[in-house]
Amino acid sequence: MQAFTKLKGLVAPMDRANVDTDAIIPKQFLKSIKRTGYGPFLFDEWRYEDCGEPGMDCTNRPLRADFVLNQPRYRGAQILLARENFGCGSSREHAPWAILDYGFSCVIAPSFADIFYNNCFKNGILPIVLDDKIVDQLFADCLKRQGYSLEIDLESQTVCMPSGQSVAFEVDAFRKHCLLNGLDDIALTLAQADAIRAFEDQRNDTSPWLS
Amino acid sequence: MAQTLFDKVWEQHIVRQNDDGSVLLYIDRHLVHEVTSPQAFEGLRLAGRKPWHVSAAVATPDHNVPTTNRDKGITDPVSRTQVEALDSNCAEFGITEFGLDDIRQGVVHVMGPEQGLILPGMTVVCGDSHTSTHGAFGSIAMGIGTSEVEHVLATQCLIQKKPKVMRINVEGDLSSGITGKDIALYIIGKIGTAGGTGYALEFAGAAIRSLSMEARMSLCNMAIEAGARCGMVAVDDMTIDYVKARPYAPRGELWERAVAAWTELHSDADAVFDKELTFHAADIAPQVSWGTSPEMELPITASVPNPDDARDEVQREGWQRALAYMDLRAGMPLQQITIDKVFIGSCTNGRIEDFRAAAAMVKGRRVADNVKLALAVPGSGLVKQQAEAEGLDVIFHEAGFEWREPGCSMCLAMNADRLEPGERCASTSNRNFEGRQGMGGRTHLVSPAMAAAAAIAGHFVDIRSWGNDSGE
Ligand code: SF4
Repeated sequence: MQAFTKLKGLVAPMDRANVDTDAIIPKQFLKSIKRTGYGPFLFDEWRYEDCGEPGMDCTNRPLRADFVLNQPRYRGAQILLARENFGCGSSREHAPWAILDYGFSCVIAPSFADIFYNNCFKNGILPIVLDDKIVDQLFADCLKRQGYSLEIDLESQTVCMPSGQSVAFEVDAFRKHCLLNGLDDIALTLAQADAIRAFEDQRNDTSPWLS
Repeated sequence: MAQTLFDKVWEQHIVRQNDDGSVLLYIDRHLVHEVTSPQAFEGLRLAGRKPWHVSAAVATPDHNVPTTNRDKGITDPVSRTQVEALDSNCAEFGITEFGLDDIRQGVVHVMGPEQGLILPGMTVVCGDSHTSTHGAFGSIAMGIGTSEVEHVLATQCLIQKKPKVMRINVEGDLSSGITGKDIALYIIGKIGTAGGTGYALEFAGAAIRSLSMEARMSLCNMAIEAGARCGMVAVDDMTIDYVKARPYAPRGELWERAVAAWTELHSDADAVFDKELTFHAADIAPQVSWGTSPEMELPITASVPNPDDARDEVQREGWQRALAYMDLRAGMPLQQITIDKVFIGSCTNGRIEDFRAAAAMVKGRRVADNVKLALAVPGSGLVKQQAEAEGLDVIFHEAGFEWREPGCSMCLAMNADRLEPGERCASTSNRNFEGRQGMGGRTHLVSPAMAAAAAIAGHFVDIRSWGNDSGE
């Protein structure tokens, strides 16, 4: 996994609540057995006029002009600014894969759906929860100013705005450690192999119908 | 100290308490399907890892499978590759799979309980958000992403932070015709799709205790639509009777020991919850969703809401966008909404009781002329077999329904079963998101009886008063 330490990047505003993972990556792309290649299909139904199919070449597909990511000023954005309950619905990890493949490595929202939030950390994406009012302010500033970007520092857990104002965010210590170092948590869990075996032995005694 | 049901099951599965408050949680059962597993198996292969406890995992293809002409195999090459990848991964790693030609194949959340793979007090995971279904057995059942599928395969554990616990009581008696689905929609309508975020839910109260196991599964299935980590119902005689003698359930002396342990699986009388809500069964009417989120739902007697009545700006914009997408006018009675297609099936409502309830509505009647397609898709091969033994397939056929092979089908439209742009569907599935059942398609979530009645009437009806006189 790619480590996440610091990021200074352009912000794209996705101004709707309850954006679900079906919208982030529609079902037809879930047929792939790979982890990569989903970026061109991120938000497919909102982004293109036609209906996308896996394997399609997207370079000449008709774009919906009113969709935020199609506006030239947000090209190359690395930070996605979103509303409450972002990533709700299906558990598909294809959603963070598509977000990452498109070029985003940080999503800021007032709240996230559980599974999506968790999936982000497994893929080197930092999901940041900020207070409603601060998110409102970020939306307003981002719409007002072309080229609006933010500086994220995971180590110090801060988001720094162009004005110099900086806000702190919370992140779980273990997830932070894994993200900063790009660690594979399977290896960390396997280091507990003896504890897992001891647990299984005890379970076989107390609940043998489970073994 | 008094404990909640969730606390009891959670504590029984802690392998190790970490310093940061998270735990290494042991997972008893892992259900696997073709869509969220290929990259996990690939990860195992690349790292040279093996499944930790291979018999804990059981697989079946469901999302991507055709519901017609099974003998011809899967014609879509991309879907076929994915199903074949599941077959070969299961063969390579030694995982039990109920393949396409096995009578036990079906939607993973229908197949699991049916086989007795889900036992009270287990921890259950699957790379699928509707894993919450299995909380109906007093188990902790959670949907996980593909990286975690790999993690569980490799270690039989998950790193988890304990969620808060919320009890939702539904007191009193349900009116006739009100199902687990209606209760689920009603609760989500009240608390919102983020109302359960950060919580494990326990559904309790007289109305919940009166529900069959299948109805409890429909209810817990939709806990995820309320944003919850999982949903649970305490173990009682109904639970134990359901599990008894199923293929993977314990037998003989082991069964007796298990039952003795399972009777402890309820919240203690003085257990304290982080949050507690109470609803009254008498207030729950048949529900219909009108918008593009499961919280946008109302009783069948209501009318499409007006965005001016929304609680804030964000909700107002959401409602406006939903009305435009759904092509509905504020103030229109829900019973006037006409439909183009009907889908009865899915992990929410693809079990035998669901087809019995739907068949009772359509028996001796015909699907309305404006309904282009009415699909009845059993949740598993065994549900199909049982329904056919009861003659339900004939009732559906005679009414003009198509009776299909088991799978997820038009719940998410990964196969050929889908809505065309602009089509409107009465669906027993669980998500009405934009494009969920096909690009531009419009979904209304309802119970099986409500979907079946809508198929006959051509529009939504209140099943409590419909059909007694007119046979419309
Ligand atoms: S029936 Fe629908 S919700 Fe259930 S597992 Fe299949 S696709 Fe998911």
